[in-house]
Amino acid sequence: MSDSARKDSPEQSAFREHCRSWIAANLPPPSPVRLPQSALEIMTREQLDYLCAWQKAAYDAGLVGCDYPVDCGGGGRTDCQRVANEEMQRSAAPYFPNIIGLGMAAPTVFYHGSDALKRQVLPALLSGEEIWCQGFSEPGAGSDLASVQTFAERRGDRWVINGHKVWTSLAHFASWMILLARTDKSSKYDGLSYFVVPIRAALGKGVTVRPLIKMTGETGFNEVIFEDLEIDDALRLDEVGKGWTVAMTTLAHERGAGILVTPQSGGSRRGDGDAGLVSALVELARQSWRNGQCAADDPVIRDRLAQLLVREEGFRLNLKRARVAGLTDHPMRLMLQYKLLMSEVAQEAGRLGMDIAGNAGSLYVSDPAAPQAGRWPLAYMNSFGFTIAAGTSEVQRNILGERVLGLAKTK
Amino acid sequence: MSIPSNFGFGEEEQTLRDAARKFLAEQLPTDRLHRLVAGHQAGSPRWDPALWEQMAALGWTGVGVPERCGGVGMPFVAAVALAEEAGRAALPSPLIGTLQSSALLAACGNAEADAVLTQIASGKAVAPGITGPRGGWRGQDCALEVQGGCLSGTAHWVQDAAKADVFLLKARGSAGTGLYAVQADAPGLSLQPDAIVDLSRDQARLSLASVPAVELAAPGTADSVIAAAEPALFTLVSADLCGAAEWLLQTTVEYARVRQQFDRQIGFFQAVKHPLVDVMIAIDSARSHLYNAASAVDHDPAVSLRAAHMAKSAAAEAARFGASRAVQFHGGIGFTWECYVQVYFKRQLHNEALYGDAAWHRARLAEMLLGPVGA
Repeated sequence: MSDSARKDSPEQSAFREHCRSWIAANLPPPSPVRLPQSALEIMTREQLDYLCAWQKAAYDAGLVGCDYPVDCGGGGRTDCQRVANEEMQRSAAPYFPNIIGLGMAAPTVFYHGSDALKRQVLPALLSGEEIWCQGFSEPGAGSDLASVQTFAERRGDRWVINGHKVWTSLAHFASWMILLARTDKSSKYDGLSYFVVPIRAALGKGVTVRPLIKMTGETGFNEVIFEDLEIDDALRLDEVGKGWTVAMTTLAHERGAGILVTPQSGGSRRGDGDAGLVSALVELARQSWRNGQCAADDPVIRDRLAQLLVREEGFRLNLKRARVAGLTDHPMRLMLQYKLLMSEVAQEAGRLGMDIAGNAGSLYVSDPAAPQAGRWPLAYMNSFGFTIAAGTSEVQRNILGERVLGLAKTK
Repeated sequence: MSIPSNFGFGEEEQTLRDAARKFLAEQLPTDRLHRLVAGHQAGSPRWDPALWEQMAALGWTGVGVPERCGGVGMPFVAAVALAEEAGRAALPSPLIGTLQSSALLAACGNAEADAVLTQIASGKAVAPGITGPRGGWRGQDCALEVQGGCLSGTAHWVQDAAKADVFLLKARGSAGTGLYAVQADAPGLSLQPDAIVDLSRDQARLSLASVPAVELAAPGTADSVIAAAEPALFTLVSADLCGAAEWLLQTTVEYARVRQQFDRQIGFFQAVKHPLVDVMIAIDSARSHLYNAASAVDHDPAVSLRAAHMAKSAAAEAARFGASRAVQFHGGIGFTWECYVQVYFKRQLHNEALYGDAAWHRARLAEMLLGPVGA
């Protein structure tokens, strides 16, 4: 019996059995097309269709949105998403494509949206039939997110939106966007409001989506331009001027420190699948030659692999310790480290993979001789997406220093 | 067997830990600690034997000693919780060595070892002396010989030797190395203190001339006994490192919140703020590894050595980084004798090297991952 199973409630225990047997019988066959390393780099309709079919099947079986109320399309269970996540991560399940919807939009709508809005948007979000994207960053608003300039002007029961959002992952497939916009130019934080915007329905009618190409050569993120787009006031979350508070709910969940456990599939992205990165790198080291020597015999490579093992396992053990009240000093101390650690461990793993491969580290995904299909240079470059997005590593260190250690605020 | 989701830290273990923290904060506040170990009184003992007697009376020495030997019989995580509090207080005492000795004696598993465990439960301090002149604790790195039940030669790097009532010593016989108990006041045993950097403990060489000894592990079996106890030995030092590292972090954070320069608290500046966050992150990883390793000793011996290697390497790195930032961010005052930081800084220097530094433990992990070089 696993230690997670040890503390299951009767409901969780029965649900775990259901998850386990359903996954065993319904794990999809390997994708006919090469999948990107995460949902944020989905480029083609074929990739999306394969992943959406998996999310829909898992949703229909009750493994997605288990803890949401039934009238929001959820399973009406108590603390069962964690169980489903554990079981999906234990298996070799693919990841879910609607990552921004599940991880960020759904909890935000749930905590700040009207009952009618929840019933309207959550079912198709959870099933993956409608993809969501996030409209936060702008050309002039990155780490200083509250300086966004996209403006929503009130006209009766309608809002007219003008502005420019960037780094918008999945916008090219998205039906909906969570949007942080300015509604009052006289106040920085209190001048923000938060909306959900049906962008797909408005393509060419006030919304333009243009792909941006990443340093990896992949697409997957975009810029989105609003020109006099009109939306209904019923699509606003919380009060006018409370956008910053709502955005904090989104960001807390994005960084793994939110209240709701959000649906997660595919073990590798969370870094808690049995030392996954390290075992892949050990395999690589055994097969790689660098500087005329087997990489597994290089003392520096050996030390860096051991360092990575200690970091990766430490991250996994932090997640376990965070659930033991008596072994944490400050309630948020460990969870606020989640995003920083995950992204920096992934970055070092990607870099180490390239170093282990030596000259072969130069071979990219399109070269048939690339070690492990070019995974490591791609992972290394993609890792910068994670150390920059959702609050850069520098912003994360500010948050930790200020909220946990109580040091004087930078802003 | 598997490690429980709370790492085995149940209500009793947490109560013990909280009580220990409160007791040490009251009995040995940092200003008193500084007077005790850095007070320049020539000839005065740099520890408080009366405090040690109180700790023994509270049952700390025998926390992990089985009840049949008169001990408390708590799991190893309880001993680790005490060691972490000892580190947090930079406690000058033979506690860590006595807890380590309990693990070695448990691995011996015979009546002679039980007799020493009974002494521990009654409050005696026991210091292991298993590290050889070259710094190894396995194999032939050993400068003591056994003949006719008596030990002769030198034991090196014995921690808190001046505070110990009994020593556990490794000695070489014709059939290999064995493990022996020697009374500290035995005739023929003399103690040469090392002049060490760390003010919060003592260290000595023991010279033995035909000193009567009790055999705990027969010649040829010391290595297997020590190997069985290694996870516990490493984890206890890791606990001391983690406790002291957290004190240094909190003390430095407190200073960064009150010290003003350029009309601001220095903690405002990211050149100070971000490294302090990185110290916290390093400590948290080390503490998660620590509780995991402690719990592995209790619940999953098959993985306990790997867990202990991870714990000691993580704790030693966190300690090195945290101690250096603590002195640096205290500025000029941090460089002085009167600043309390120096006591912890030096304890960390000493702890890092005990039973293998971070790089040595990582080299063992690399062997577990990749096999030996040239495999």
